[in-house]
Amino acid sequence: MSNKPTPRVRVPATAKKDEIIEIKTLISHEMESGQRKGADGNIIPRKIIHTFTASFNGKKFFEATWHPAISANPYQSFFYKAKESGEFTFAWTDDDKSVYESKAKLTVS
Amino acid sequence: MALRKTATRRDTLKSGALGAVALMLAPRLAQADAAAVEAEIKKLYAGKTLGAGKIKLDVPQIAENGLVVPINVEIESPMTPADFVKAVHVWADGNPSPGILSYAFTPECGKASASARMRLAQTQNIVCVAEMSDGKLFTASTQVKVTIGGCGG
Repeated sequence: MSNKPTPRVRVPATAKKDEIIEIKTLISHEMESGQRKGADGNIIPRKIIHTFTASFNGKKFFEATWHPAISANPYQSFFYKAKESGEFTFAWTDDDKSVYESKAKLTVS
Repeated sequence: MALRKTATRRDTLKSGALGAVALMLAPRLAQADAAAVEAEIKKLYAGKTLGAGKIKLDVPQIAENGLVVPINVEIESPMTPADFVKAVHVWADGNPSPGILSYAFTPECGKASASARMRLAQTQNIVCVAEMSDGKLFTASTQVKVTIGGCGG
């Protein structure tokens, strides 16, 4: 993909203590599987995001490992039990070693 | 007008021929089978027994578009530091390679549930294995019928 992948994350801004919140993430990425052939008959090299991690206040709480069988523009949703206010960091690691990051704040009342 | 019509027909024929070639190549691209999934499970959990239950594997029975097939995995667990789901792996036995995804959960998740979207090349079985914090393993599998495959091109 020529454009830089853009992450989109949906996290509730506030939560009650011990509330389990759902986090939904999406990133624009072609997820080239390495199995397709281009117009010239050669195989298009694999280029996917292979790891996604979610951390809260620097502590990793969820990790997903993706294989080429994950759809383009990968979507991932998961849960987090709110304990204290802080900041989420979401990171996507590409095959070319670039890391795309997104942050979101959470206020716990 | 007549000329243009001929050209369109030629294009149609051409793309039809291409499609036939793609169909001929398709069986060669699919390499994974049930044995490959077994091998992947053995690689991680050799000699361990896989129990049934606990896993709710939510995938459509029929997927119209193999390029985007929603998958939700939910594992029954209190998700406390003493008892939580450590890892979840999902494989498919009819894709070019068996791996789909793996999750690493922690008690902070509150709930061992996650959704994603996957590509399926053809009608096949989805196999899920969950590893609990006490080392117990659970498995579940389900078949997804795919109308239009999502690999190759």
